[in-house]
Amino acid sequence: MSPAALKDAALTALVALALFAPLVGLRTDVAPAGGLYLRQRWDDVAILVALAFAARLALLAWRGQRRLPTASTAPGWWEAPLRRLGALAAPLLLAVAVLLPLGAFSWDLGAFAIPAVTGRYELDLGILVLTYVMLGWGLNIVVGLAGLLDLGYVAFYAVGAYSYALLATHFGWSFWLCLPLAGILAAFWGVLLGFPVLRLRGDYLAIVTLAFGEIIRILLVNWVSLTGGPNGIGGIPRPTFFGLTFSLSGGPGTFAGFFGIEPDPSHRVVFLYYLILGLALLTNWVSIRLRRQPLGRAWEALREDEIACRALGINITVTKLTAFAIGAMFGGFAGAFFATRQAFVSPESFTFIESAIILAIVVLGGMGSQIGVAVAALVMIGGFELFRDLQEWRMLVFGAAMVAIMVLRPRGLVASRTPTVTLTGRKRAISGELVGEGHG
Amino acid sequence: MSASYALQQLINGISLGMIYGLIAVGYTMVYGIIGMINFAHGDIFMIGAFVSLIALLLLGAGAGLEGPAALLLALPFAMAITALHGWTVERIAYRPLRGSFRLAPLISAIGMSILLQNYVQVSQGARVKPIEPVLAGGIEIARFGEEVVTLSWIRITIVLTTLCALAALTWLVTRTPLGRAMRACEQDLKMAALLGIDTDRTISLTFVIGAALAAVAGAMYLLFYGVIDFFIGFVAGVKAFTAAVLGGIGSLPGAVLGGLLIGLIETAWQAYAPQHLTPYKDVAAFSILALTLIFLPTGLLGRAEVEKV
Repeated sequence: MSPAALKDAALTALVALALFAPLVGLRTDVAPAGGLYLRQRWDDVAILVALAFAARLALLAWRGQRRLPTASTAPGWWEAPLRRLGALAAPLLLAVAVLLPLGAFSWDLGAFAIPAVTGRYELDLGILVLTYVMLGWGLNIVVGLAGLLDLGYVAFYAVGAYSYALLATHFGWSFWLCLPLAGILAAFWGVLLGFPVLRLRGDYLAIVTLAFGEIIRILLVNWVSLTGGPNGIGGIPRPTFFGLTFSLSGGPGTFAGFFGIEPDPSHRVVFLYYLILGLALLTNWVSIRLRRQPLGRAWEALREDEIACRALGINITVTKLTAFAIGAMFGGFAGAFFATRQAFVSPESFTFIESAIILAIVVLGGMGSQIGVAVAALVMIGGFELFRDLQEWRMLVFGAAMVAIMVLRPRGLVASRTPTVTLTGRKRAISGELVGEGHG
Repeated sequence: MSASYALQQLINGISLGMIYGLIAVGYTMVYGIIGMINFAHGDIFMIGAFVSLIALLLLGAGAGLEGPAALLLALPFAMAITALHGWTVERIAYRPLRGSFRLAPLISAIGMSILLQNYVQVSQGARVKPIEPVLAGGIEIARFGEEVVTLSWIRITIVLTTLCALAALTWLVTRTPLGRAMRACEQDLKMAALLGIDTDRTISLTFVIGAALAAVAGAMYLLFYGVIDFFIGFVAGVKAFTAAVLGGIGSLPGAVLGGLLIGLIETAWQAYAPQHLTPYKDVAAFSILALTLIFLPTGLLGRAEVEKV
């Protein structure tokens, strides 16, 4: 330990002391008699300061050993193996996703008897992760492909959820009729939002979309006669398997009755699981197909350079609006699914944090990478589940992780791009560092 | 609705607008210099409010100080601690990302905002923190028949403190070497660096000044509403950002003007909108933001931005 490093760490500790002493050391509590009093917690401050000191020393030691500066953008040693792994990851993940619900049942295959390995909890978690995968892929169209930073994506999720909730409870329309309607309505809102913000760029666009998301939420909270206000809408009909309900009675007209099997509550969960898996794969398929079409190429061109796009005669208005509309449509689908799965929607599910989580998934996954988004959703929502008991701490960790990922790996997990079109016909991955982004 | 009511609302609107203006200055300075939206600035303001609250309680319980004396001591303390928060945030979350692609600092800032909010929620608890009025009473300024309009000491303090802070800022920006460096960085960061200005230090100090002003705003917010919680930074932050955009982002007088307009519009909405529409006062602020960006992207006092290829 050099004296300089020690001095630096001591300074860090001093700053940490000043930062933590008022907010951690003195906690404001409401006294039983009313009014506030301060509760002192100096031991926590001491721990935090010691941690800051140790962390700074460790950082300095680590930095001293490395030859490259921290801000280096050179590809690390992990990129090549990761890329090779990436080629395997997609089919592997898909196989696991498809086979997961089968583990919920015990199978009797003559010689073998496989017991049920996954329970209700795993399936529910799988549904949650897949919902976020779908939302991530939907937002990826707007942010990753078209380069339009959207901080209000949750608004379309909300539009989809409330569309289904209202249509199903007021008119009794079935899920399969409402699903496309929810998507269309969300797409309509996407165009409605997209139209006025066509001229905005980058972070201005981000703030306006954030404002839009908040406006939708405030409307949901306050328009009590339509949305039920903070109490939300309950009793939303469950989806049916082409008209067959998942009732436990097992009579005719139910899923179990029709197929002549024992009624089981896990049938509905498995059905919901495959439903969201199908929807997510649809999103993925559509975005992959669109990338090869002129429209998708226009999106990517728009992301790289809007001015060059205009110069080449690409219709910016149409390009941006379709990105908003298609992204919003998938958000609406996911929303309708969310409503039917929960059987209850309330504005609480559609806060800004939700938008931030979806955006974090897209960014962490490496914007524009389909597999990256799926992995990021798995890591993030799975990680969230792991920290479930920690309550408010997990949002703290989430915020810190978001900063840390940006600082350490601003291009996300999968930072390379495969060009959609090439001159020679040979595809090579391009490092994310080489492509511009976010000016659109 | 009588004239006295209108005058009272005008006073409220100006006080609130001054608070928004103070926060907006922080947004506008940072945007002017490095062209990023410091999304965590609203939460820095919230931390300022909390530190002021803690300082006031500490002075009240420890030294028995109350009223103006406590406020006079608590304010510099809150400014110092909050400025340190601003500096740390810039150092940890933004500086490593300078020169990275454009969305990186914004996303890092969103993460920082979530981090700060939950940090205060964990360390201070999620419950709202009410405080007894620091300053009581006021002076009578007008009388309309039976109705009396009073200008409370709290309102006077808010307006005077804000004006002092803004005067100090103006002096700093226009008359000191640091201010000159800041203006140079705002015009052309690279050229300023070539001419020997320590741009990293200047940017750091911009964050420090912005955070100190946010702390003043936080203390004033505490006086104005008498109650704070860990979530106040989000909405106040978006409104202050709206103010900065409305006034023309990058322009200091514009930020204050925008803040005053937003404060007045919000108060007028609350006072005069039909009962069932009052909950939508935040929608009004958000809509102004969208409308300004669409129809007047440079704001009231801003310069048009020309993109060179």
